[in-house]
Amino acid sequence: MEYLLFIATDTEPEPSDTDVTPIEDWVAEGERRGIRKQGDRLRPPADATCVRVRKGELLVTDGPFTESKEWIAGYDLIECADLDEAIDYASRHPMAHFGRIEIRPIDRDDD
Amino acid sequence: MTGRSDATDVADAIAAAHRSDWGKIVAGLIRRTGDWSVAEDATQDAFAAAVVRWPVDGIPDRPAAWLTTTARNRAIDRLRAATRQRSAVQELIMELEPTEPHEIDDDRLRLIFTCCHPALSLPARVALTLRTVAGLPVAEIARAFLVPETTMAQRLVRARSKIDHAGIPYRVPSSDALAERLNGVLAVVYLAFNAGYSDSAYADIAVTAISLAEAVVELMPRESEARGLLALTLIQGSRRTARLGPAGELLTLEEQDRSLWDRTDIARAGMILAAAQGRGPYVVQALIAQCHATAESAATTDWSRIVALYDELLALSPTPVVALNRAIAVGMLDGPDAGLAILDDVSTQLPGLHLVPAAQADLLRRAGRIPEAIARYRAAIDLAPTEAERSQLQRRITDLGR
Repeated sequence: MEYLLFIATDTEPEPSDTDVTPIEDWVAEGERRGIRKQGDRLRPPADATCVRVRKGELLVTDGPFTESKEWIAGYDLIECADLDEAIDYASRHPMAHFGRIEIRPIDRDDD
Repeated sequence: MTGRSDATDVADAIAAAHRSDWGKIVAGLIRRTGDWSVAEDATQDAFAAAVVRWPVDGIPDRPAAWLTTTARNRAIDRLRAATRQRSAVQELIMELEPTEPHEIDDDRLRLIFTCCHPALSLPARVALTLRTVAGLPVAEIARAFLVPETTMAQRLVRARSKIDHAGIPYRVPSSDALAERLNGVLAVVYLAFNAGYSDSAYADIAVTAISLAEAVVELMPRESEARGLLALTLIQGSRRTARLGPAGELLTLEEQDRSLWDRTDIARAGMILAAAQGRGPYVVQALIAQCHATAESAATTDWSRIVALYDELLALSPTPVVALNRAIAVGMLDGPDAGLAILDDVSTQLPGLHLVPAAQADLLRRAGRIPEAIARYRAAIDLAPTEAERSQLQRRITDLGR
């Protein structure tokens, strides 16, 4: 199963844990185990651009405008045997301690 | 076959088979087909076939084997109708050979852990466990959780869909995750029990939850918390006929006719607890319940032991509700003033919970401070969430002669 991990900030991060895996080690583990296929950090929402097409007209805006303090700071595409393996790997990402990781299965439905 | 059977015998045999075999049959079919809907529907088909065939052909000598074979054949029919890949079905037929007893147990455990997976919402876990593991009708589950049947049916469809699409594994968790996941399973079972038990009709769900707890103990006999939960639900369930007054109102332990408590259940709970090696929150709660269950009256209850057990429980799970119950026990042991002093502290942690003024009122009543007690009962009535609780509190005021 393929999953996209959204690495997100959290509104109220917990006090930082002491035992946090450095991101380099996390990436190295994912590559060694053949779990992590790709991924990167993202620039903050201030650098984002939104594109919409409505009735044939292109609408480009700055943003997304959001009051939320939660935003996506990075992503990783991983391949795991099942959700438990994905949860286990995601739980060791440093941002799991300060933010949150959203695990979204890639939709491989034929129908 | 035993030839034509009496209608009552057949109904009893089907009910017994449903209780003991539903989960096993569904669990085995899910592992073989990977399709939750087919597994459940085929099992349902098999029981429906038994309703038709058994009164005519007689109850089979081995009802479980009859149902398993019938369900397997119906599963194959359903898959054949759904798939054009004949070879896949052929493969399946080859795999669908009778299984060893230990494999059946493994399947049941897999099913329970998958239904209680934390990636599913808690209401979905409870619904799925009651439907898939215990085979309870959707309508009945919907009634217990006060939602329309269509809502409950959708909840189940979404849960099965997530298991499939999110890759929730059909497996017993690895040993490092087992303790936490087992706690999740026990929480689901206890929630189901309480949904059934809070219903004045003592719904089948409470009985089903107890048999689920029995299954977990049977499958994981060394897990003391599973034993604790089973003993706790057995003891609470032992009061099912005593806990309601003539008008259907809820009675406190003190008010209940203890001769109505089911002594068989209480004795069984005692044996189950005696074999528990550890002392987690469920074991300690069960020991507290046992202490009440074996006392002849509220006055002769061993309150010093109960307070000691609450001290232990508070250390294991330091929640304000445990502190509240401990304060009530202290009030019984050391007098109302001692309990009230602790409640002053607890009340700040539980603002808006009717149980706090209700406990204060009870202690004030014991202390003979009647006007203050009535004021606290009134405060509790204003906060109480259900009519049953409001009328119980109102009755206390009436009993005080006001």
